[in-house]
Amino acid sequence: MKVTLQNLTKVFNSRVGKVKSSVTAVNDFCFEIEDGELIGLLGPSGCGKSTTLHLLSGLQKPTSGKIFFGDEDVTALPAESRGVGLVFQNYALYPHLTVLQNITFPLENRKGKDKLTKEQMVLRATEAAKLVQLENLLDRKPSELSGGQQQRVAIARALVKEPRILLLDEPLSNLDARLRLQTREEIRRIQRSTGVTTIFVTHDQEEAMSISDRIVVMKDGVIHQIDKPQAVYDDPINLFVAKFLGTPPINVFEGYIKNETLYIDNEALMPIANEADREVVIAIRPEGFTTESEGETVLTCGLTRVEVMGRDISIVATHDKCENVSIRAIVDADNLSCINGTTVRFGLKKHKVFVFEKESGERIRF
Amino acid sequence: MKNNSLKAWLYLLPAVVFLGVFMVYPLIDVLIYSFQEGFNSASQTYFGVGGYNYSYVLHDPYFLQALKNTFILVFITVPLSTAISLIISVALSSISKLRNLFQTVFFLPYVTNTLAVGLVFMILFKQTPISDGFINTLLGFFGIAPIDFITGPYWAKMLVLSLYTIWVVMPFKILILTSALASVDQTYYNAAKVDGTSRFRIFTKITLPMISPTLFYLVITGFIGAFKAYSDAVALFGTDLNANEMNTIVGYIYDMLYGNAGGFPSYASAAAIILFVIVLTITCINLLVSKKHVHY
Repeated sequence: MKVTLQNLTKVFNSRVGKVKSSVTAVNDFCFEIEDGELIGLLGPSGCGKSTTLHLLSGLQKPTSGKIFFGDEDVTALPAESRGVGLVFQNYALYPHLTVLQNITFPLENRKGKDKLTKEQMVLRATEAAKLVQLENLLDRKPSELSGGQQQRVAIARALVKEPRILLLDEPLSNLDARLRLQTREEIRRIQRSTGVTTIFVTHDQEEAMSISDRIVVMKDGVIHQIDKPQAVYDDPINLFVAKFLGTPPINVFEGYIKNETLYIDNEALMPIANEADREVVIAIRPEGFTTESEGETVLTCGLTRVEVMGRDISIVATHDKCENVSIRAIVDADNLSCINGTTVRFGLKKHKVFVFEKESGERIRF
Repeated sequence: MKNNSLKAWLYLLPAVVFLGVFMVYPLIDVLIYSFQEGFNSASQTYFGVGGYNYSYVLHDPYFLQALKNTFILVFITVPLSTAISLIISVALSSISKLRNLFQTVFFLPYVTNTLAVGLVFMILFKQTPISDGFINTLLGFFGIAPIDFITGPYWAKMLVLSLYTIWVVMPFKILILTSALASVDQTYYNAAKVDGTSRFRIFTKITLPMISPTLFYLVITGFIGAFKAYSDAVALFGTDLNANEMNTIVGYIYDMLYGNAGGFPSYASAAAIILFVIVLTITCINLLVSKKHVHY
């Protein structure tokens, strides 16, 4: 099912005493989600990603704008008629019902010609349970399941009614680190095998990058960038997106352009054609540093320590003009000639260096 | 370990002493009294030990009347008051405007004195030389002849007593139920809504099971409370309840001890033990039923 958002806006009005305030949680969202896509809504907390999900589910009504499922305008449709499957952050499994009863719950709501017999319901529920590998636990109560199992029950309950779209609200945030890895693969597998258009919300960029077909990076109710995870990572549209994606985080420096050359402090990094002299922000990915320091692209930093991680090594350094507390560079382990006592001289990979306007944070392409 | 349990007993001591002196000792004493035949309070002597007190009480028409009244009262008022409170609480939690106002209004009877409420009921129901009472005036509009609710037929008196009891116990139940309803996680409702669950099904399949522990608590305490009813009847019908056919078991016990016909602690004790056994049995049945239907 193709999903289209048209100028979707949600404003929350609140009043504390006599002070009225309004927050625009979702501001003029326009994007299309292709049939069968897995989309990750990514942003820091309070950016409006959960609100977007609630608007899609119909639990909240947009202030303005439209939502289409396929060609059908569902904006005015209440949640119960939209046919969406929603997995809540805390799973919202009914504690007094068994796993099987939880999964059949949406089916029992059907009326008229869609009504199923008890056998059909159990069959459908068992199929859904098989899909999430829970077929042995159907008689348990939710309280007798682990977090990961509860999560899968919630997914099965959302899938059993064959939803037009599947929505997941922070699906992994309640799981421990190991289970999180496992479950995100699981979500990907389930989504692949059912082919249901899926939208999930997360604040964990690694989670979003690893399983999404495309990610939507948002902040303060505004969409910053929509693209394939790798494309967003390799080509961030502004400083926020560059900072938000990537672990370890990108290294941000104060720099300037002088005579069409990019500088940090006194060191000329690389030529930057057709740009006026001004102060800029320069961001370098950890893997954008090299240990070959020939040529003109050189950055000298104070050495803090070298962390050996086997496959590659991580050099922790400092620089006066760096915003981050410390610079982290990930380099190959073979050549450490760049280290000279207390300083380290890095070479830079041009495509891993991004330049942004100092005021607006907009990208300067060169 | 030994030191620890000594400490534990020390901390338990105040409660144990009070419960022992004011609960356990009187209970045992009442049990003993109830088997002492022909006890004389003045000389503190009795003729013998046996079951005569029970036999007397169980054959006393006043006791049988009180027993009947109490049972009618219990089985009418507890289910009705709980059901009405539930409806009001659900209605309260689904409105947002004026909710606090209504909550206060519904809670008012709880902080009002029983006898004051009794007076209000008197004004509503009692026939006096000058008026037929408010309710009778209302009924008059529908062409119904005045009914003597206070000294008239048994069913009328029982109706007033039941109404009164329901009205008096409801505020507490509404208070407890509204807070139970408010504590149900909203995401359950959202989840049910997304799945297209009808409002009735949400209520029966989610709300009721979620608040079932509270509901059963109210039913159990309601039963116990109604079995011990006494002041309500006094507020409406005065202290001579036997003559009014409106006595309750507790009222009978009181009359046996201190009433005009009083001075029979042995009979009172026997009646008290009978009441105790009844309440214990009903509570056990309640607990057994709740084990099957309460989900936590």
